[in-house]
Parts: sequence; C-alpha cells; structure tokens
Amino acid sequence: MITTSGLTKVYRSRGREVTALDGVDLHVREGEVYGVIGQSGAGKSSLIRCVNLLERPTAGTVTVAGRDLTALAGRGPRAGRELRAARSRIGMVFQHFNLLSSRTVQDNVELPLEILGRSGKERSRKALELLDLVGLADHAKAYPAQLSGGQKQRVGIARALAGDPKVLLSDEATSALDPETTRSILHLLRDLNQQLGLTVLLITHEMDVVKSVCDSAALMEQGRIVESGTVSELLATPGSELAAALFPVGGNTSGDDSTVIDVTFHGEAATQPVVSQLARTYNIDISILGAAIDTVAGKQIGRMRVELPGRYEDNVVPIGFLREQGLQIDVLGRAQEPALVKKGAAE
Amino acid sequence: MTWSQMQPLLEQACWDTLYMVGWSTLIAVVGGLPLGVLLVLTDRGELLQNVVVNKVIGQVVNVARSMPFIILMVALMTFTRWITGTTIGREAAIVPLAIGAIPFFARLVETAVREVDHGLVEAVQAMGGNTWTIVRKVLVPESLPSLIASTTTTIVALIGYSAMAGTVGAGGLGDIAIRYGYQRFETELMWITVAILAVVISLIQFAGDYAARGLHRRSGRSGPAPKLRLLKVKEPATADTGKAA
Repeated sequence: MITTSGLTKVYRSRGREVTALDGVDLHVREGEVYGVIGQSGAGKSSLIRCVNLLERPTAGTVTVAGRDLTALAGRGPRAGRELRAARSRIGMVFQHFNLLSSRTVQDNVELPLEILGRSGKERSRKALELLDLVGLADHAKAYPAQLSGGQKQRVGIARALAGDPKVLLSDEATSALDPETTRSILHLLRDLNQQLGLTVLLITHEMDVVKSVCDSAALMEQGRIVESGTVSELLATPGSELAAALFPVGGNTSGDDSTVIDVTFHGEAATQPVVSQLARTYNIDISILGAAIDTVAGKQIGRMRVELPGRYEDNVVPIGFLREQGLQIDVLGRAQEPALVKKGAAE
Repeated sequence: MTWSQMQPLLEQACWDTLYMVGWSTLIAVVGGLPLGVLLVLTDRGELLQNVVVNKVIGQVVNVARSMPFIILMVALMTFTRWITGTTIGREAAIVPLAIGAIPFFARLVETAVREVDHGLVEAVQAMGGNTWTIVRKVLVPESLPSLIASTTTTIVALIGYSAMAGTVGAGGLGDIAIRYGYQRFETELMWITVAILAVVISLIQFAGDYAARGLHRRSGRSGPAPKLRLLKVKEPATADTGKAA
C-alpha cells in the first residue's frame, strides 16, 4: 500500500548538510498497522512527512496505493493539482492535533470536504457521521479549545477520515496525550483499521504504541531502518533489538562465572515446565532474574531471564536442550546488548 | 468663541474626520491585507517562496513607512490629482492617508499572520488544499482577532495623521485644534477638540478590543494580547500629536 524505495532526505542549511533519511526502503501492506519507532532525530518525522510529500525527498520514490507520488510532485514547494488530489486520499493526524481554533468541531471535520468541493448538505452529513464514529457526536458545535487532548485527537482523526482515505498517516498522534487517553486513541485507530480496512502508518517513540496496535514495526536509527518485519517475526528473531525493547525483562547478573540467557516462549511452549525439566535433567541450579508474560500484537508471549552457573562454554548442552523444546534463546553478553534494552531496564 | 459658534464647526470637523479616516481605513485594509499576506508567503521556506518579490515588497513598505506623513502628502500630490482631480479637500486627503496606512497595516498583518501555527498550514496541505485555500481558510480566519486589533491600531494612527490633512484643506478635528485652538489662541476650543478626539479614539479602541476579545472567547483562546492595553495608554499622546502638528 505504501512503498518507499531508496528514500533520502538531506537538509541543507548554511552550507551544512544533515542527512535525515538515508535510503529508506519501507513496505506497508494493505490493511495493516505499521509502526516506525525510533528516538528523536532518528528521521521518523521526515519519513512520514515524505510519504505525502509535505517534505520533498532528495532522492528515492514514494508509492501510495499504486501511485508514484514523487512523480506527481513538481519542482518548488508548491504542490500541483495531481499531488493535491493524491494527498486528499491520504489522511493524516498530528501530534499537536492542528485543528483550526476559529472553527467548530464539525466545521473542522468539514474542511477537507470543502477542499474536495462537496456540497454543504453532504459535508455536514459526512462530518456528523464521522464524529459519531469517533464518539464525539454531541460535541459537533464545540470549539477545539473546549475539548480535552484526547477529544481533540478524535476530531483530528475524524477530519483525517473525511476524504475516505485508504491510508492514514499518524505523526506521533498520541505523544501529547496521557497514558489512559493514549490507550483509547490507539484502540480507536485499531477499530478503524479493522472496520474500514484502513492502512495505518504510524510513527512513535513509545514502545507501548507498537506493542498494543501494530502488526508490523520498523526500528529507525540515524535515518536508516535497522530492523523491520511483522511483530511476531521480530519476536522470533534472535538478538532483535525491537523484540527486546518490545518486551524487556529486567535483572542483572550476579557474577562473572555465570551465563545469563533470555528465554522467549511462544504459544504452546509456554505451557511446558521447561525450567524444572532443565534443572532435573542436568542437575544445575537455575536462578530466575526476571520474567514477564504479555500480549504483543494480540498474541500471548512470555519471556524469562535466567542465570546458569558457569561460563557459556559449560552451558552449551543445557541451552541446546532449551532450543530443542522450541524456545527462543538469546545468550546475553554473547551478542552485543542493544541500547534499547538498557534504556528499558533503566526506566 | 461661544458654543453656538463652535458647534457647527465641531460637527463638520467630526464628519470630515470620520469621512477621511473611514475611507482611508477601508482602502488600507483592502490594500494592506494582501500585501501583508504576500510578505509572509513569499518569505524563505514559505508556500510562495520568492526572495526577490519579498525583498522588493519589504523595501517598498519600509520606505513608505519611514516617510513623514506630511512629506508623503506633498510627494503624492501629482498622483492625488490624477486620482481625484484635485489636491485640496477631503477626497484629496484620503489618497495620501490610505497610501500611508497601507504599508503600516501590511506590517501589522504580516506579524499577525506569522503567528498562525505552521502546523495548521501543514494540516491543510496534507488534505490537498492549495495556497489560496490556506490563505482563505487558515491564515486569515486564524489570525482574525489579531487582524481586528491591527485595524484598530491603524484607525487610531490614521486619526492622528488626519490632523495634518488640514494642510490641504481637508478639515477634520485635528485641523480645528490647530487652526482655531493653537493658531488663534482659542484654548477652550482646542481642549474640546482634544477631548472629542480622546473620546472617539477610546470608543474605537473599545470596539476593536471588544470584537477581538469576542472572537477569542468564542474560540476559547486566551485573552487579547497585552499590547492592546499598552496602546490605550497612548491615546492622549495621539491626541497631542494632533495638536502639535
């Protein structure tokens, strides 16, 4: 639905060049919720703004719903007629809502329809329908300033849907909201994705957002996508930074002469009493440093950090045993421990 | 001078002032609004980025604003005659008043429009709106309270300028204060005129504040900018200008 290839964006100011996007290849399938996560300055914002060409990419192409948008963009900052038409079929919601304070809620939702040249009657019918969909039917005549943050974002979402888009871009839509409101907005996005078959591309710096709504995710660092895939693929990838960050387990090693491993349980494996089996079979003492069970992308998943006595070389056999049980094992200290895990553990 | 002598004089002067200021404000708004918007739009990184146009308009505005009004009036005489057929009277005064006020108002518009959150512009761009849509549906309506405040400021400034219009025989309150009050030592008449000017300006400022605040309140935004309060303090100063000029 959304494909970018070799997307590059270089900002030039006073002779200095800053590469915000460095050859980003992104592929968002139709009907999925795709999350791009990264720290500030990673290029997420540039990426999403390049998708509807609010930002002109320096190189590379953007294709949305089979149309090459980069080919529609003329030169200069002004958007030509075709690009504007294409944009009207891509909804966008913003971190700071960007509602017109001089218009009522209903008039805000009608704005895209005014741009599309719809009649007054049709506009108000559609606007009220959308406000009903986002649960704000009784606030149609209110002004944005009278609404809470969550309500404002609902108006933003209703407005983004006014042009019947197939694609919704969400630029940190929940970053200015409290956790409770964030959940309800994410829930709404999920519902819209399922009810309307809307493809959603969202960018965020909050792992929780990816965890609760995304089918697929990508991790951005310094203008590049360093990891991407469906959430279950990512969780099954040993050493995946995203997986570790999506589902962090705390706990530190007690000494040098031990091996710490992360055990990830998917589906059926979660029901096996593997730890006691391991202890019995190999007669070793296992200490559990941390463990958690969570739902990621609608699937139950468990993760446990355990400590085995002795160095890695002494524990090759028990680890092999665990792998045979269909568990995913990441040995800590063997691969470089990802930064995001450290951050997650520190919080 | 008795009141019965003063009254028709003052009445006529009030009308002359209103006539001149009314028309010149209208022209200043019609001319200054697009100019101010253009100053913003042609700036670097904006929708119609055009350095040459921006610099040219900016310079013209600066030069026009730096010219003392009385000199502007003289400098524009040929142009005034071409437009109105005369260089004397109320109509003749409107031309330099309006031309003097256009750049003044344009700068105020520029400031007001620049205050509009760029995110709103982006939102409308993302909906597929063109530049004209952005001007009509975002920039102007969103800055309306500030634009009203700017218009109030312009009217008040124009009342001050209009005192000098007396030099081309246009009459008006300021002219009465100078000719009768100052030059003929009719101190009483001068003070009455100054008082009327103070009342008129207070009323205009009040109406402007009220309208701007009304819009603010409707949309629930924070109260009017504090600069309106500061301007109010200046009122006697404006009237004084009328006297001194």
